[in-house]
Order: sequence, then C-alpha cells, then structure tokens
Amino acid sequence: MNRFAELLDRLVLTPSRNGKLTLLVDYFRAVEDPDRGLALAAITGDLTIAAVKPAMLRALVTERMDPVLFGYSYDYVGDLAETVSLVWPEAEPSDSSHDPTLAEVVQALQSASRSDGPRVLAALLDAADVSARFAIIKLVTGGLRIGVTARLAKQALADFGKVDVAEIEELWHGLEPPYRPLFAWLEGKAPKPEKLAAALFRPVMLSNPVEDRDLEKLDPADYAAEWKWDGIRVQVVSERGVRRLYSRTGDDVSGAFPDLVRAVDFEAVLDGELLVGRPPEWTGTFSDLQQRLNRKSVSPKIQSEFPAFVRCYDLLQLGEEDTRELPLAQRRTKLETLVASLDPTRFDLSPQVAFSDWPALDALRTHPPHPIIEGVMIKRHDSPYLAGRPKGPWFKWKRDPFTVDAVLMYAQRGHGKRSSYYSDFTFGVWSGPEDATELVPVGKAYFGFTDEELRQLDKYVRDNTIERFGPVRSVRADRQQGLVLEIAFEGLNRSTRHRSGVAMRFPRISRLRWDKPAAEADRIETLTAMLD
Amino acid sequence: MPIFRAMRPRDLLCPKPAGLYCPPGDFYIDPVRPVARALITHGHSDHARAGHGHVLATGQTLDIMALRYGDDFAGDTQPIAYGETVTVNGVSVTFHPAGHVLGSAQIAVEHGGTRIVASGDYKRMPDATCAPFEPVRCDVFITEATFGLPVFRHPDDRAEIGRLLKSVAQFPERSHMVGAYALGKAQRVMRLIRDAGYDRPLYIHGALETLSAYYQEQGVDLGELRPATLGKGAKAEFAGAIVIGTPSAFADRWARRFPDPVSCFASGWMRIRQRARQRGVELPLIISDHSDWDELTDTIRETGASEVWVTHGREEALVRWCELAGIRAKALHLVGYEDEGD
Repeated sequence: MNRFAELLDRLVLTPSRNGKLTLLVDYFRAVEDPDRGLALAAITGDLTIAAVKPAMLRALVTERMDPVLFGYSYDYVGDLAETVSLVWPEAEPSDSSHDPTLAEVVQALQSASRSDGPRVLAALLDAADVSARFAIIKLVTGGLRIGVTARLAKQALADFGKVDVAEIEELWHGLEPPYRPLFAWLEGKAPKPEKLAAALFRPVMLSNPVEDRDLEKLDPADYAAEWKWDGIRVQVVSERGVRRLYSRTGDDVSGAFPDLVRAVDFEAVLDGELLVGRPPEWTGTFSDLQQRLNRKSVSPKIQSEFPAFVRCYDLLQLGEEDTRELPLAQRRTKLETLVASLDPTRFDLSPQVAFSDWPALDALRTHPPHPIIEGVMIKRHDSPYLAGRPKGPWFKWKRDPFTVDAVLMYAQRGHGKRSSYYSDFTFGVWSGPEDATELVPVGKAYFGFTDEELRQLDKYVRDNTIERFGPVRSVRADRQQGLVLEIAFEGLNRSTRHRSGVAMRFPRISRLRWDKPAAEADRIETLTAMLD
Repeated sequence: MPIFRAMRPRDLLCPKPAGLYCPPGDFYIDPVRPVARALITHGHSDHARAGHGHVLATGQTLDIMALRYGDDFAGDTQPIAYGETVTVNGVSVTFHPAGHVLGSAQIAVEHGGTRIVASGDYKRMPDATCAPFEPVRCDVFITEATFGLPVFRHPDDRAEIGRLLKSVAQFPERSHMVGAYALGKAQRVMRLIRDAGYDRPLYIHGALETLSAYYQEQGVDLGELRPATLGKGAKAEFAGAIVIGTPSAFADRWARRFPDPVSCFASGWMRIRQRARQRGVELPLIISDHSDWDELTDTIRETGASEVWVTHGREEALVRWCELAGIRAKALHLVGYEDEGD
C-alpha cells in the first residue's frame, strides 16, 4: 500500500510526461502481482469500489476528534480527503501490525457490505500511515485525479514490456484487473494473452500533417480526398452481440452515447467521426458536440437536442472478415454498401472530394463548405489499414488557423524544465466603449514560441511586472504600453465560465509583435463575430 | 500587612509593539525594532535584528548575527551558555536549548516567584546540527504555533531524505535542486544526506556558503560542499547532482544552469499538497525546524504550565486545544514574525 501511496504522491506533482512514465515503469518493475495490477486498474479507472460519501467521511473523523479543530484544519487544507488523511489519529505502532498490501485494502473494501463500509474503512485508516490513508480515501471517494490518463498508463506498460502501445490497446478491453497474464507477457514469462473477448478495440490509423513540399512528389491520381471533420474520432465495434464505442485511444465511451449504441444493428467495425446533428441536413458545430462530451450520464433532453451520429470513413471488419489488409479502395466500396443499409440518422458516409490537382485541393481546403470542416484528409487508394502513424499513406491538410492580436496580461512560472521561466501566458483583447476600453482575458497559451522567444518573453515579464500573486505576475498592459502577441487558434466556443464569453480551442502564440502598439490589438467583437 | 503573592505573569512579560517586554528587567525578547536591551532566542532574521543597544544571546547566536549583519550589529554583546543564569535588573534569566537551529535557546524569565519560559521557535525531533530541546517547568509557557494545526505531523526526516536519494537514483540524468532556508534547514538537510550514506559532493548556492562554513567550524560535519555557481555553461556536470539553495533562488534565473531539474523543497509546509503544487515543487520533503502539532501539545503538557501564551502561527487551534485540556491560553498577536519561514 505504501508503494502505491508513494506513487500517487509523486505522480500528482510530476508535470512531465517522461517523468510520469519513469515513475510508472519503475513501479511496475518493483511491485509484484496482484498489487501492481490493482494500482494500474485504479489509475485507468477500471477498479470497482463502492463509493463513500464525503458526509460519511466527515462523520467518521469527527467521531475521533474535536469538530472545531477539524473545522480549522479543513478550512486550512481545503481538500476533504487530504484533511482526513492528515488528522486521522495515529495508531500506536505495535509489533503485530504489518503494512497492508494494496490487494488487502481493495479486498476489504470490495467485500464490505453497505452497513459495514464505514467500520471497514475506519479500520483500514487505523492501520495505515498518512500517505496510505490519503490513497485509501482517494480509492473510496472515486477519481484519483493524479494527472495520468489511461493512455499514459498503457504507454508505461508498453515501455515496461518494450512492446508497441498499440498491442496493449488492442488487448486491453479483454483483460481484467489485476492483469496477471498481461504482466507475465510483458515480463517475457508467458505468451501474449489471446484476444478472446468480443468487441475489442483495434488500434487506429493516424495521418501526418502535410509539410512544405510534401505533395510535390506525390501523384494526385494515387490519392483520394475527404473532408476533415472537426468532431471526435471514434471506432464502432459490434461483434457477437457486443457493441462498443471507443475513443481514438481505446477508451470505452459507449456510456455517454446510448442513443448511438442503440442504433448499432450490424456486425462490423467502423472508423469515423463522432458528430451531433441530423444528417444530412444538419451537422452541429464543435460547441454543440461539447454538450455531449465528458458527461457521466446524458439526459433524454440532451440526447434529443444533440443527437449523436457517426460520419463513417473506414471499415476494419465486416462480419467475420478482417478487412484491414485490403486496400482503401476496396474497403471503401464495402463501407459504402454497409452504410447504405444502416440507420441514416445515426450513420452516414463521409463523402470523397473530387480534385484534379493539388492547387485545386488547396482551394477547397482553405474555403471549406461547412464550418465544422477543418481541412482535408488525403489517403492513398492502395493503403491498407495500419496501426499507428505510418509516414506516407495518409495526410491531414488543415485549413489555416484563425489568428488574433492580443495583449499579454499575466504570466505564470512553468514547471519542470521551465520552472525558472515565466512561460504560461494569459492574454486579452480590448473591450468596452472607445473612451473607456479595458482588456478582457480571452485565453492562455504556453507554447508556440521558440526557446529564444521564451527567453525574451521571460525578460519582458520580469522587466514589466506590476503585481505578483504567488507564481503569477501581472504585467503592464494598457493603451500606451503592452506586448502584443499574435495568437493562433483552431476555433472558438461560447463560454459562460469566462468573462469574455468565449473560449479558444488550442491557442498558441504564433508571433511576438514587438512592433505593434498595444492600442492596435484586436477588440472582443472580432472574436464574438466568429461565433456562429 | 501585605500578603505575599507571586507576581502576576502579565506584570513580568507583556506584548508591546516592539516585541515581548519585561517591565521589571527592562528588556525585550526578540524585539522586531531596535531597543536598548534585547535577549535573542536564535539567529533567524525575524527574531534577531540588527541595531540593538545591548544583546544577550548564546555565543553561537551572536556569531550568526555577526556573520549576517557584520561585527557592529549591536552596541554591546554578552554571550550566555545553556543552563547559565544571569540577572538583568533583578530578573533572573536562564537560556535552555530549543532544538530549532544551531545556538537556538528558550529563555526562562523568573522573578517574584513566577517563571515564564519564552520558547522562541523550537522542535522536538532529533537534529544532529543543534542541541536538543530541554523541557523547563514553568508557570507560563510561551509557544509558537507555526504548525499549530492537527494536520501538521512531521514524518521521520530520515525517510524524507530517503525519498530524495531514491529520486536521485531514479532520475540520474536530472539534477535535484533542494530549496532550504539558509540558516539551519540547509545544514540539517546536508547532514541528513550524509547520515544516509551519500558521500558525493553537494553543490550549494552562494547564499549558503558562510553559514555552512560556520556550522562546519562548530563541529557539524557536512562533508564536501562545492559552489554551484561555477562551471557556467557546463550543464552536464550537474546531471545526477544534488544542489542546495535558498527557496527563492530556484525561481530565479540562477536555476537555469542545471539540467532538467527536479525541484524539491524541504519545509514543514510541504505536508499540504496544494502548497507544493503552487510552488511547482515536484518532490516535497517534509522537514521542519518547528514543532508539529503533537510536539506542541506534548511540550505544553511537559512544561506543567497552567497558562499558555501563543505568539505566532495558527494560534486559534492551539488555544482551542488548551481549552479542551483545561489549560488557560491566549494569543499574544505579536507582529513581525514570519509565519512562512520554515
């Protein structure tokens, strides 16, 4: 338990991806089964433990200490799980006590009855030290929130076993905690686990962005083009009566889209873009789609206002036949036939875009016919469906990003390598009447600049600070003086959480406009006009 | 006939804007502004300030003040040994070890049958760089409450250093930068690293050099210390190294010379995850030179004091605890002492 607790403590404060991978790989190497598998399940969200309500936790602790002192403590710390872990009375160390394993803790929690739950939890907390108490409370209150995605955990497994992460993703949904056969395979002690379960995820094929001069060498006749839809990539899998919807990284997202899953009445594996709307007449924007994302449950009202559908562009399996080896052109023919037989409100076909040469496609790319098209995809007619991001067969060619000139307002110190640099920048645009304009923040960006530009930005922040709030500095930014940043972004959503009313997608700093007077930066109306 | 009564504590010591004042002895303890006669508990700059007329303190505290402020930091100085009693205007004053930093003392003030102990900052956890705290029986115990909340329980400092050394082994290509206050904490961290068997050179920020050299002179072995200010441009030299500096140095441009640093901070505040996160600390080391909650409450009981005065920190919780324990308690609301310094 203590090693798991230590792992959580380290992960939560380690900002870099590589740092997290090192910590995870070392943990998998040092810890035995079944603890490491249970830790993995806890991180990927695949561990089922009956949740404990905050009120119950509070009741347990105030039975053990003065409620006033607990109140002072909670006010100071601000996080219930952490406060309880810190103030829980330390048991007198006895010779018979041993450090419980993660497996013992999970076993105790999973087998506790509803009425027994509080007593079991209290006994576990009595036997644990402070770090372990925090970990136990995190396990029972649900959601570790340690900044590690399931995808990153799978990457760590791949690094640990020196295999491709696609292999892990493909197996993942057929495996159960504590994943003994998986670890045995990764350690070279057993053969690869068989894919026995139905409706497993297939690793997806990804494209490369078109770089300068990439296309010159390619013959347009070898390629098909499609619109690049600004939804989310999904894989619809239906096998032997099991129906699943997976994200691009193999997360099962079926639960959020019951309306779509209900319409799956075929045996096949489809690759496509998840969108909302009523095809063919209405395709919703990304803001519309966001109404359906990151929700635990979806109300019938939301389901009917923002119905989900898949715009299909590839076929990986049809009945018993694995079609991934076939060339794209053949897969496409089969796909067209299949989609024609499906519920047209839930599945339609991503149309191919005819073009004669690259300049013609470029014109289509830069002036797409629909706001939710963000460019074109270029795919070789003869390409098989390959896992990962092979160089050559598929390209994405996005329309140019939007840009806006904004003024630097706040800067925050970065983490890790950048901890001595002000590297996270909040910027704003002008708003209000002409005679009383003020800056309203519209976004935050921490990349897009070169190392040299970062040095210049850092110096600018240090030289022009007007106030400090912990790691954040506000810099001088008014009509007379301020640094203008050209911000590139992919789109704009309405936001009720930001004072400006807009939220940028994927903002980054594309140019430092040392030459541009702050008063000439853009106004908020430039952005609001871009909302649909 | 007047009946003999012990002196009322508030007539022996009372809070004034300049600090804790003793009217019969006409002296201040740890005054925050220049006074004619000052008794100083220890060398941290919020307790030991320059410019007093006369200073009574342990020899080590006087040395530390001289190193920080120059030899002329006071009109006149008088060293006092632990356990030694001197009489100041008829008030007897005894210094006892406080276990906080090198030279730190509690000051017992006794007059007219009443004894008050002003403990300054103190801790109970063993520390190889200073003399251990000695509980002193008293009527009134004056305590700090920097970590005066039940959430603060400092773990074994050796285990914390163990985590640092594990991380050094885990990330050999990175340098580990440990933030630690220049007086006391930094040297304690160095000593703990040595006690854990690490014998490679430690790299230190320039701000730590003088005080670390003084600790070494006083017989605290810190092993080989090298300046971390040399070798500019030779980043690779510091791969796998432990670099110790003041906390502020790590936010500074100074920190850029080190390869992909793991930022560590040795402080009792690191107990709270959000504190660590705010500062961008990757590896918090919970090492404090102040008492944690259990040490505060245990110490209050050990002194047998019937009344407790709380100087600085989270007074309300400690006062509440005293009430529950049937001990009279109040907060003194002294200003000028840094709550954050640990």
